[in-house]
Amino acid sequence: MSIEVRHLTHTYGEGSVLKTVALDDISFTVEPGEFVGIVGHTGSGKSTLVQHLNGLLKPTSGQILIDGQDLNGEKVDRRALRQRIGLVFQYPEYQLFEETVAKDIAFGPKNQGLPADEIDRRVRKAMESVHLDYGKYAEKSPFELSGGQMRRAAIAGVLAMEPEVLILDEPTAGLDPRGRDRILTMLEELRAREHTTILMVSHSMEDMARLASRLLVICEGKLAADGSPRELFSRPGLMSSVGLDIPEAARLCAVLRAKGYDLPADLYRPEELREHLLRLWKEASAC
Amino acid sequence: MNTQVRIQANNVSFTYEDAPSPALSQVEFEVREGEFIAVLGHNGSGKSTLAKLLNALYLPTEGRILVCGFDTGKEENIWEVRRRAGMIFQNPDNQIVATVVKEDVAFGLENLGVPTEEMYPRVESALSAVQMNRYADSAPHLLSGGQKQRVAVAGILAMEPSVIIADEATAMLDPSGRREVLETVRSLNRNKGITVVWITHFMEEAAQADRILVVSDGKIVVSGTPREVFEDIDRIRDLHLDVPRMTALAAELRKEGMPLREGILTVEEMAEEVERLCPLKSAT
Repeated sequence: MSIEVRHLTHTYGEGSVLKTVALDDISFTVEPGEFVGIVGHTGSGKSTLVQHLNGLLKPTSGQILIDGQDLNGEKVDRRALRQRIGLVFQYPEYQLFEETVAKDIAFGPKNQGLPADEIDRRVRKAMESVHLDYGKYAEKSPFELSGGQMRRAAIAGVLAMEPEVLILDEPTAGLDPRGRDRILTMLEELRAREHTTILMVSHSMEDMARLASRLLVICEGKLAADGSPRELFSRPGLMSSVGLDIPEAARLCAVLRAKGYDLPADLYRPEELREHLLRLWKEASAC
Repeated sequence: MNTQVRIQANNVSFTYEDAPSPALSQVEFEVREGEFIAVLGHNGSGKSTLAKLLNALYLPTEGRILVCGFDTGKEENIWEVRRRAGMIFQNPDNQIVATVVKEDVAFGLENLGVPTEEMYPRVESALSAVQMNRYADSAPHLLSGGQKQRVAVAGILAMEPSVIIADEATAMLDPSGRREVLETVRSLNRNKGITVVWITHFMEEAAQADRILVVSDGKIVVSGTPREVFEDIDRIRDLHLDVPRMTALAAELRKEGMPLREGILTVEEMAEEVERLCPLKSAT
C-alpha cells in the first residue's frame, strides 16, 4: 500500500481569531515496506499530520491518496481504507478498557464482524507479535500489567486489525530502557516478517538511527527535510536548526572530524563508529 | 543531627493498601545539602513511591524519613516538609491550576498565607530564576511543555525550598524541552545550592548527577557516582536499565583491545580519549 500526501494544508480555527496553520503545503509519498521516522519539536505539527493519514482529520486543502484513491473522496469506502491503516496514539494504554487483555485486543476485529475463530487467531498472533505470552496474560485484567506490558497490549489491539500500514505516535514515551527496547525490537520483527509499512513519530534520534530508513523533519507545519538518516544526520546544523538532536555517534563523528580525523562524514550508528575508531587506533599503534 | 543532611531515610518500608508485598522495603539513604541525586529504576521499581514519601504525600509504613530534620510521619510537620521539599511531576498539563502564569506561581504562597505585598517580589524572582518572567501575564496553555515545567519549578521556588524532587519531569518533553528543564534545575542547584532529587529514565540525564541511586523491586540496589554505577554494564542491564551510549561504545572498544580509560560518559570524554590514543600526526 502506498500513501501519497499531496499539498496537505490544515488550519485549526478557520475563520476565527485563533486561526492557526498547523500544516502548510506538505507533500511526500511513502512506498510499501518503508520505515519512516517523523520528527520535529513539540507543536511542529507531527501529530496533526499522522491523524490525517488514517482519516481522523480532514485536510483544509490538499489530498491523501491511498493506493491512488483519495481518502476523503466522495465515493470512497473510508471505513475499509482506514482498517488497512492502524494508528497507535500517544500513551495508548489509557484506552484499554476491557475486563481481560484478550477481550481488549479482540475489540477491533469483533467490530469488523469477523468470525469467532478468526478473532481468536488474530488475538493470539497479535499477542505473540508484542511478546505477551497468551497463556499467561490473555485472561488477566489489562490493569494488572506493568506500564510497558500495557503499552504492548494496546499496540496488539491495533495489530489484530492486521493493518498494512502501522502509524505510531511516540510509542516509547515514558517507558524504561528495557520497555523501550522491547517495543523497538517488536517493530523491527514486524517489518521483517510481515513487511508492514511503518511510520513512527519519536523524539529519540537514537531510536531513529536504529530503525528508520527515511526521516521526515517537520518544522512549524512545513516539511523541512526529507531524506535518509545518514544524509540528514550528517548535514551540518540541519537538525539543531529545527530544535532536534543528532545521535551521539553522529556527534562524536562530527567532533573528531573537526579535530582533523579521517572519518567519513556520514557515520551515525555506534557499530559503524566502532569499526572506524578501531581502524584509527590500529593505524596510530602501527607507527 | 548534622545540619548538612537534607533528607534522611531510615529503614523505610511502604506497602500500598491491600498490596500483597511492599512497594519499598527497608530503604536507607541520605542526601546532603547541595547534592544533585539521580534516581533510576525500571517501571514499577518503586521510585515514584519513593518520591511521594519524600514529600509526605505518602507516609512510611515502617521506618522514618526526615526532610530538613522534620519527620514526615508527624502530622504537624506536613506543611513544613512540603514547603521545604517541592515536587515536580511528569505531566506538564496536570500541575497548572491558574489561568495566568504569575497566579499559578503564587498558588503555593497563597496557601501558606503569605501577605500579598511579599508575594509579588517572590513570584517575580522565581519566574526570573527559571527565565520565564517575560511570560508572567501569559496563559499557561499557550506555553510549550518545557515552559510549563519551568513554571511548575517557579511555583516551587517561590516557596523558597531546600529540596526539589522531580519525578520524571522531562519524560513528556521533546529534546529541547528536556534540555531547558534540566539546565534550569541544574543551575538552581549550582547557584542557589538547592538540593535536587532527579528521577529519570534517561541515562544521559543521570550521567550529569553527583550521585545515582538505583531502585529495583523496592530496594536501593546500587549507589555511587555515575562513573562507578555505569561501569558495571551487565549489572545495569540486568536491572532493566541501560548505560549512556558512549559508555557502551567504550566498553565494546575495550573488548577489542583498545585501552580506553574507565568511566567515559560523554561524547567529549570519548573524543579526548581518541585523541590520547590516536594522536594526529602534525601536518609538518
